[in-house]
Amino acid sequence: MNADLDATFSALADPTRRAILARLAKGEATVTELAKPFEMTQPAISQHLKVLEAAGLIVCRIDGTRRPRRLAKAGIEAMDQWLAMLRKGLEKSYDRLDNVLVTMGHQQKGKMQ
Amino acid sequence: MSKMTLKTEGETHLVVTRRFAAPPEAVYRAHTDPKLIQKWMLGPDGWTMPVCISEAKPGGKIRYEWANGKGEGFYLTGEYLELEPYRRIVHVERMYLPDPTPDNHVETRFDAEGTDTLMTMRMILPDAETRAAMLATGMEKGMEASYGRLEGMI
Repeated sequence: MNADLDATFSALADPTRRAILARLAKGEATVTELAKPFEMTQPAISQHLKVLEAAGLIVCRIDGTRRPRRLAKAGIEAMDQWLAMLRKGLEKSYDRLDNVLVTMGHQQKGKMQ
Repeated sequence: MSKMTLKTEGETHLVVTRRFAAPPEAVYRAHTDPKLIQKWMLGPDGWTMPVCISEAKPGGKIRYEWANGKGEGFYLTGEYLELEPYRRIVHVERMYLPDPTPDNHVETRFDAEGTDTLMTMRMILPDAETRAAMLATGMEKGMEASYGRLEGMI
């Protein structure tokens, strides 16, 4: 369980891999199709896919000579979790920023008086 | 005050928007002045930022260190690429967990809407254009290290 969780989180710590998951959320894609928007070499993309596959986040389908990848159910859940975590962290930060801005506004008014 | 939005855009972008009840000048300052950043850029409750370096000029360094008071922590380093006072910030950043993640390219815009500010933060993954810009600003060493690591994985 812990090992799985570690694999998931280290797989998601990499923004390129998160972007690959985001792309696969829109439908299956081959290595060539994935390499294009990231301007990365196919071997570099393949390496990222290997990490994602090992973490159980994506699965490979065999279609003749093509090997399209798609999101596994765990991948969808992990992506949702990561986005929820990011969203929660940012929301907390921006709520604090609201208060900082109120204080800054008071200081500005104080200076003008 | 208003709800934050977070959505993916295209294939390599993540976009966050949030409205603030203050003019762009104040929101911009809160994003660049280390003393102000330390007060809010903390994520979930229970974390503090004991170290905050923010040299708000092109090529200026960024370093944020977070700690939770239980001996756990992590940090981020980055560089400012472009600053248009009170309107727009472009920077790159990477997280150390403890190994560095590839560079995240971030553009933050501050648009006045009446007496409020609409902030739009767009996170962009490295592409050829960014790599060229980084080389031009003399940050090739850091980038080379990142890409070298990437190539090492092949």
